[in-house]
Amino acid sequence: MAVLQMNYLKIITTGLLSLLFLTACNEEGKLSLSERSVIYCAEGSPETFNPQLVTSGTTIDATSNQLYNRLIAYQGDENKLSPALAKSWHVTRDGKKITFYLRKNVAFHQTDYFAPTRLLNADDVIFSFNRVLDPEHPYHLVSGGNYPFFRNVDFSDLIEDIEKINDYTIRFHLSHADNSFLANLATDFAIILSAEYAEQLTKQRAKSDIDTHPIGTGPFKLKEYRVGSLIRFYRHEQYWQKPAQIEQLVFDITPSNTGRLTKLLAKECDVAAYPIAHKKITQRNDLSLEAITALNVGYFGFNVNKVPFDNKLVRQAISYAINKKTLLEAVYQGKAEMANSLLPKTSWAFDESIPKQEFNPTLAKTLLNRAGYSKGFTMDLWAMPIQRPYNPNAITMAKLIQSDLNKINIKVNIISYEWNTFLQRLKRGEHQSFLLGWSADHPDPDNFFTPMLTCAATHTGSNTTFWCNPEYDGIIKKALQTTNINQRKKYYAQAMSILKQEVPLIPIAHSKRYQARGNNVIGNILAPFGGINFYQVAKRSLTNKNTAAEQRNQLEQNNTNNTGEN
Amino acid sequence: MLVFTLRRLSLFIFTMLLLTLLSFSVNFLFPGEAIINLTGAINATPSQLVELNDAYQTHRNIFWQYLTYLDHIINGDLGLSMASQSDISTEIVNLLPATIELSLVALFIAMLVGIPLGFIAAIKHNKLTDNLILSVSMLGYSVPVFWLGLLAILTFSISLGWFPSAGQISLLFEIELVTGIQFIDILLSDSPYKWQAFSDATAHIILPACVIAVAPATIFIRLARTSMIEVLETSYIRAASAKGLTFQQIIFRHAIRNSLIKIIRHVGLQFANLVTIAMVTEVIFSWPGIGRWLIESIYQRDYTAIQSGLLVLSCFIFIVHILMDFIYAALNPLARGNKHGAR
Repeated sequence: MAVLQMNYLKIITTGLLSLLFLTACNEEGKLSLSERSVIYCAEGSPETFNPQLVTSGTTIDATSNQLYNRLIAYQGDENKLSPALAKSWHVTRDGKKITFYLRKNVAFHQTDYFAPTRLLNADDVIFSFNRVLDPEHPYHLVSGGNYPFFRNVDFSDLIEDIEKINDYTIRFHLSHADNSFLANLATDFAIILSAEYAEQLTKQRAKSDIDTHPIGTGPFKLKEYRVGSLIRFYRHEQYWQKPAQIEQLVFDITPSNTGRLTKLLAKECDVAAYPIAHKKITQRNDLSLEAITALNVGYFGFNVNKVPFDNKLVRQAISYAINKKTLLEAVYQGKAEMANSLLPKTSWAFDESIPKQEFNPTLAKTLLNRAGYSKGFTMDLWAMPIQRPYNPNAITMAKLIQSDLNKINIKVNIISYEWNTFLQRLKRGEHQSFLLGWSADHPDPDNFFTPMLTCAATHTGSNTTFWCNPEYDGIIKKALQTTNINQRKKYYAQAMSILKQEVPLIPIAHSKRYQARGNNVIGNILAPFGGINFYQVAKRSLTNKNTAAEQRNQLEQNNTNNTGEN
Repeated sequence: MLVFTLRRLSLFIFTMLLLTLLSFSVNFLFPGEAIINLTGAINATPSQLVELNDAYQTHRNIFWQYLTYLDHIINGDLGLSMASQSDISTEIVNLLPATIELSLVALFIAMLVGIPLGFIAAIKHNKLTDNLILSVSMLGYSVPVFWLGLLAILTFSISLGWFPSAGQISLLFEIELVTGIQFIDILLSDSPYKWQAFSDATAHIILPACVIAVAPATIFIRLARTSMIEVLETSYIRAASAKGLTFQQIIFRHAIRNSLIKIIRHVGLQFANLVTIAMVTEVIFSWPGIGRWLIESIYQRDYTAIQSGLLVLSCFIFIVHILMDFIYAALNPLARGNKHGAR
């Protein structure tokens, strides 16, 4: 029996040794798989796999640019419209007929649940738009029948008809000329679905699968989704451009901020969304932190229908009494740019000539005196209850504003409701003043001016200042009707100077979006608006650690050069 | 041996009856309606509720209700999770193997480290080595596991980058779930990256398993030390030594086997302790096991999941206990004659 005992020991030791040996020899092979894949630590689960149905950033990040394409896309630093699924397009002189010529080599995803028999054609485009526009369409009510982005831009009123001219040509008939139409088509929401897949699902009586088991034309296809845990994408080998450089893309869903940080530091994810502890990341020489000023604005708005904010002087007074610098430091912790107008610097219509808002409590007091409020007054300030990119902590901001305004004898009551109630009540105009923000859906400056402050927007509830100025509306309308960019820029500058005078709202900050990644991951991921994009991402082996940063710079340059051609 | 088996079996059945009785009565103590706590059907329509009431015989007396409850459990129906509305038994079947795997690896490490160290301490009784081992084991026993886990992540994952900090395997590998035991599934899979996956899984299990192993290992050190000291003082060892056997011969041929038997009896007991530690560790290392699931259910006040999870977990621990008893009996003929079931 004692001999047996020794044998056991031997077996165990040999087993352990061989295990160690195996681990050691496979180290090289492991690199090769991870070199061909990227793990992204995402902050949440997507609600659906169809961006037409949502406006949530998390969902857009996971779906739009990975799974789908649009007819046209934004390209380059100036965000020029460029061909995507449509190889070219033509707008008639009156701006009311727009014809798209489709590419003939676009393949849909082949997955476990769908095998396409044909390439993309006009039917797919018409299906994708009619699903949104036509309430009678068999797929319109699938997954709720709510298409928030398209409703906000009034697509169903704008588009009268979509005509199929031949298999690869379609024409949009618009009810009136609208310069933002093309920009809206290039957003993350206007994606192209497969009509053939929809037919198959109708036969299988599984219509709702179209949004949960997506089929698109994008650079990646969905392989697996485990709710709250992971999304696995494979490369789409028949992609109409060069296939993506990585074979596998995994979204590791890690809602906890510290969890994402730990995984990033332990190299379990290659790229992490919204990282915390920026110092810790910049200290490490194998990680890098990126920031991009997003196309958004956080603001302090007034309900101009309510006393005393119907008086322009009061609004101006308050704009001088608020110290934006402290707000930026305390609320955004320096992770934002101070806002001077509605538009951030990254927008092409940004106007340098608008004077910086100064912090001047004495001037504020004089203005209040002139308005007849020398003894001050009491007001309500509604602060949003949740964290949004454009305002990470509205309650703190409200408290700082409270103390600023206290100095000019204005007493502020801070009010907050649950998020949905908050929005509902704002729409009904129950508030006096409020803290809110706006994130742009596409880079066209109109996306700030029209939905936030026009008279029409007071009815749809997206202009909660209820400020309505015919002169401003006229300028915005004119800007939409010209195609000359310099002319448009002038119009928007005029509009911004009106806002500066009228102060229906005080722009406070344009926040930045942060992302951290290992230095071995190269290629652009972040964009100033819309979702992230992994198409251009590649990985370098860890052995070239020192040169990784250089290579990345090089590749980024190449990418920007390439984009011009596509 | 037959009597022994029967005794263990009857003990098992009665304990299970008591456990189910407890989990059944808990349904009435949790806030909310008993039938909903029992089935987890929080969104049930009135007609579904009628069906459920019928299925669980709520109109009859409490004894009948208990019997139907037992019937449901035996048929594998543990109700729905209140939080996710998914079937609890399938969730448990998916999660329990991961916990078993982690606990077994940890137990193995604890025994592999603890027992030899205990023997060394006993052989060097009252010398510097003995004191050193004892004080280290004291330290290991008193360190709380959540702190140790975080410390391990901080040192080995973040600073040194040797081991990953979370999960069972890198998400890059797709391993089909067959048995639930990751290592077996990897070997069964036809993935081209099988061996990479295997080594990756090994790297993932080392840190949490070592953290879990620390506390039981210290106990094994003390158990091994005491039993070895006892054995070394027996007359048959003295006789062997008088016969002229060398010290090595005495230790390896006689002392180890006899003291191991005494330790095996405690392994079952230690296993319960180890599973408790594993539950906390699973949370720290995001291990997809039943411990993390149970703790999440507690957070979400998911009563159906809590009571079913506890039932399954205690049942599992009890089975391990009995298995250990059998191994002990097989190794030690004296134990088989024992007339009393419980030990």
